[in-house]
Amino acid sequence: MSNSSSILRVAGILTLAVGLLAAAPLVQALEDKLVVVTSFPKDLTGAFKAAFEKNHPGVKVEMLKKKTTAGVKYLQETASNNTSDMFWASAPDAFEVLKSDGLLQKYQLKATGIPDMIGAYPINDPDGYYKGFAGAGYGIMWNERYIKAKKLPAPKEWLDLAKPVYHGHVGMSAPSRSGTTHLTVETLLQGEGWDQGWALWKEIAGNFNTVTERSFGVPDGVNSGQFGLGVVIDFFGLSSQASGFPVQFVYPTVTTLVPANIGIVAKAPHPEAAGAFIEFLMSQQGQELLLDPKIRRLPVRPDIYSKAPAGFPNPFKDKSIGAKVKFDVIKSKNRYNLVNSLFDVMITYRLDDLRAATKAIQDAESALSGKSNAEAQKLIAKAKALVGAVPIDEATGLNKDFAGIFKKKRKKATDKVTGRQAEVEAGWDNVIKANYTEAKALAEKAKSML
Amino acid sequence: MSYFARTSPGPAAVAVLLGLFLLVFLVIPVAKVIFVAFQDPHTGALTLVNFADFFNTSLFRESFFNSLYVALMSVMLGSVIAMPLAYFTTRFNFNGAVLIQTLGVIPLIMPPFVGAVAMQLLFGANGSINLLLDEWFGINIPFMEGLNGVILVESIHYFPFILINLSAALNNIDRSMEESAQNLGANGFRLFRRIVFPLAMPGYVAGASLVFLKVFDDLGTPLLLNVNNMLAPQAYLRISSIGISDPMGYVISVILVLFSLFALWTSFLAMRGKEYATVQKGGGGLMKRDLRIWEKVGAYAVVIFTLLVVLSPHIGLTLLSFGTIWSYSVLPDGFTLVNYQEVIGTTSEYITNTMLYAGLAALIDVIFGIAIAYLVWRTKLVGRKWLDYLATGALAIPGVVLGIGYLRTFYEFEVPFIGQPLASWWVIIVVALAVRRLPYALRACVAALQQVAVALEEAAENLGATKYRTVRRVVVPLMSGGIIAGFVTSFATAAVELSATIMLVSAESDAPLSYGIYVFMQSAAGRGPGAALGMIAVIIVGVATYLSHRVIERGKRERAIDAVLAGGV
Repeated sequence: MSNSSSILRVAGILTLAVGLLAAAPLVQALEDKLVVVTSFPKDLTGAFKAAFEKNHPGVKVEMLKKKTTAGVKYLQETASNNTSDMFWASAPDAFEVLKSDGLLQKYQLKATGIPDMIGAYPINDPDGYYKGFAGAGYGIMWNERYIKAKKLPAPKEWLDLAKPVYHGHVGMSAPSRSGTTHLTVETLLQGEGWDQGWALWKEIAGNFNTVTERSFGVPDGVNSGQFGLGVVIDFFGLSSQASGFPVQFVYPTVTTLVPANIGIVAKAPHPEAAGAFIEFLMSQQGQELLLDPKIRRLPVRPDIYSKAPAGFPNPFKDKSIGAKVKFDVIKSKNRYNLVNSLFDVMITYRLDDLRAATKAIQDAESALSGKSNAEAQKLIAKAKALVGAVPIDEATGLNKDFAGIFKKKRKKATDKVTGRQAEVEAGWDNVIKANYTEAKALAEKAKSML
Repeated sequence: MSYFARTSPGPAAVAVLLGLFLLVFLVIPVAKVIFVAFQDPHTGALTLVNFADFFNTSLFRESFFNSLYVALMSVMLGSVIAMPLAYFTTRFNFNGAVLIQTLGVIPLIMPPFVGAVAMQLLFGANGSINLLLDEWFGINIPFMEGLNGVILVESIHYFPFILINLSAALNNIDRSMEESAQNLGANGFRLFRRIVFPLAMPGYVAGASLVFLKVFDDLGTPLLLNVNNMLAPQAYLRISSIGISDPMGYVISVILVLFSLFALWTSFLAMRGKEYATVQKGGGGLMKRDLRIWEKVGAYAVVIFTLLVVLSPHIGLTLLSFGTIWSYSVLPDGFTLVNYQEVIGTTSEYITNTMLYAGLAALIDVIFGIAIAYLVWRTKLVGRKWLDYLATGALAIPGVVLGIGYLRTFYEFEVPFIGQPLASWWVIIVVALAVRRLPYALRACVAALQQVAVALEEAAENLGATKYRTVRRVVVPLMSGGIIAGFVTSFATAAVELSATIMLVSAESDAPLSYGIYVFMQSAAGRGPGAALGMIAVIIVGVATYLSHRVIERGKRERAIDAVLAGGV
């Protein structure tokens, strides 16, 4: 027997042993069930459920679909007698809420080859409680038939949506209704500055057709042609396109990529199966499923993009996607509820007044174009400033005591807060309504002078 | 009445049981959630400061008046739609009266989300009708804009409450009243105005007050039209976006409940001091006569036009479920069966669950409805009116609040032998549906009972029947029209309920159809299959309604024959 062959044999045995060891976690019996609370659509959950159950026969996956906010509430209310294993949803802030309530448990990821950042956002929770499995960014989608019939140009940037030509054609959800919409609002506020950012949002909102109650209401409205353009998260645009609707999607330069996440619930009844599910999600096979035309989310494994169809955005190569704004997570977190409340008071609930004021300003401006009338110009500028005005400055928004009014829970019994959210909002509402009314009157006066 | 004033332990025991049920499954869970309304948001102390905030906020005041306006206008428009349908089908010999009455119930079965999409595709600013109007006349009618849009959709959706209750009442009017009036020389419109309509008043008021309360508290329609400045959407948006501990959402809920009870009390006042019961039970229902030919044409034209309008959402739903892509066009680009193929495998479980849940809930509702109606109108138990107020108050509790209340109250209560928390056992969904739909059945039963003369019961008891036997053999059969009306409304609306169900479904295998539709309607590719599932829901409930109508009609005919035979002997 030659030396080399015995070496080969040893190597073979070693390989086998290593193989067995590596396979051990798979062989080790998982629990027979896995309960996942998720906000994702059936197209996504169905694909992962089927593939996972095929890999692990004997484990039955139960997908419990709830809206993100309802899912959080469900886990909070059922914590005393928990029957859920995992929470699987987009918005990172929902996971932050669960984490701070002690409803998640840490998990050490075994899979390798996943970078730390997607765009300017960390993929995984630094504390290890939840993991990002796919990226998503906000952009503009539009209905081709609609803009053709109404003779509208195709938009490229957020600023385009503020143009008078789009008046009454834009739809968006409110940041208080969807965590990802919130990130878009916050991104623009951070990218453009507090006052400038809000003024821009109100210029865009002046063109709104509607503020939808659900985030899916926006792609739904664009798909059916109820309104022409919508501010949506990328997979809504991409998957609508893949389903055959005559729609297009574009990322503006100022956008943020955020990870969609998964985490294991504290005291999960089936922790082994839950761990296996995370590993599957991060594996080559799991990440490839994200490219499915009905799913269309950005994988967190850079190597998967070589298998993507042509034209599929790649944030790891195309550094312009989501890299422009350095997103300040702490700032965002501190004023989270306050920004939601401001948006609702100034835009969602006063949309009719805002639209009327915007229309008057747009009409006055178009009447002014080509003429010179210093007084009219002054009046229009004053009207615009009134519409753009924010009741509080950035420093007040970041002031701990003031932002505390909008906190959902007191941290300690000694925390002292003066003022109630409803009281503050009523004050804002009075100012905003008066501003919009006055702005409309000024713009009309300006127009009558031309 | 004095006859029934004698205290007997039976009714009292039933009243206590019903009160206990409502206490455990309505009052306590809701109180667990809405006590936040009376808490200082920061110190947790008891306070009314939140109510002061409510009245100080112009947005909330505006919302209140908008809700009131929409509710009143919807009752009016709903009456305009319902009255001809009810009158023609009960007053004249009309082919397919049962079919018309059944189709009239279909609008109640508006599946969540898909119904909204279908409405927008037909009536929206860029929907089929406006695209056609624009092409032909260059005009665009904002059917779906603002408060008027809400009124239109609400009236189309809820007018069946008036139709069902009014038809039941008209069918229950004694023919001899009409004959007496005719003998005295009244006929035509005067007969309708002075005799028929006043006698049918309990049914009309029952229906109209339901429409008012339902529209006043309705959440789905304003949300689908993105109208925020109304009370119910404000409550919902505050609770679901600011958080479960925000007091204002609950303040609004409390105000909704109080105002609903106030409206109910007003309708009681309107009905007080009037006698609607008729003693003779000769032939049930009004005399039916044949229409002259031109009358027939007119009547058919009105009925067909009305049905076309009220069934348009379902016509849209049909197109959506068979369509491929439907985007900014009059009709879908093409037609296909793919959507049905996709759902057919997954639906059988959803269908069984829906039939089971909605059927059980509606059964519980009519039984409780009869019991409460009887206790309130036929006994002198102390606090009996409160049973009615309490049960009806359920109408004003947002589904989300009830759902969360159940989770909070029953999650730690293990069901004996099942070994599962009550809050995640499927029976809790049935209870939630029963509590939420009890007001419908109750109003129908109350209206029916008001048309039954006490003298008939006294006669039965004088002949030696026990109270239980009297209720079973005399009262219930005489109320059957109203009972079925109650069953149908409870069943049809429970079959498509979502807001409480979605909080309580804890396993896919326990989920009903509406949950399945919700799951599909979360993605662009799911719109067609979701619509197909919606159609299946509509058809099932429609068939169930038609069958129950048939059963009643047959029962009525048999009784009429019995009466004739008895008369002949």
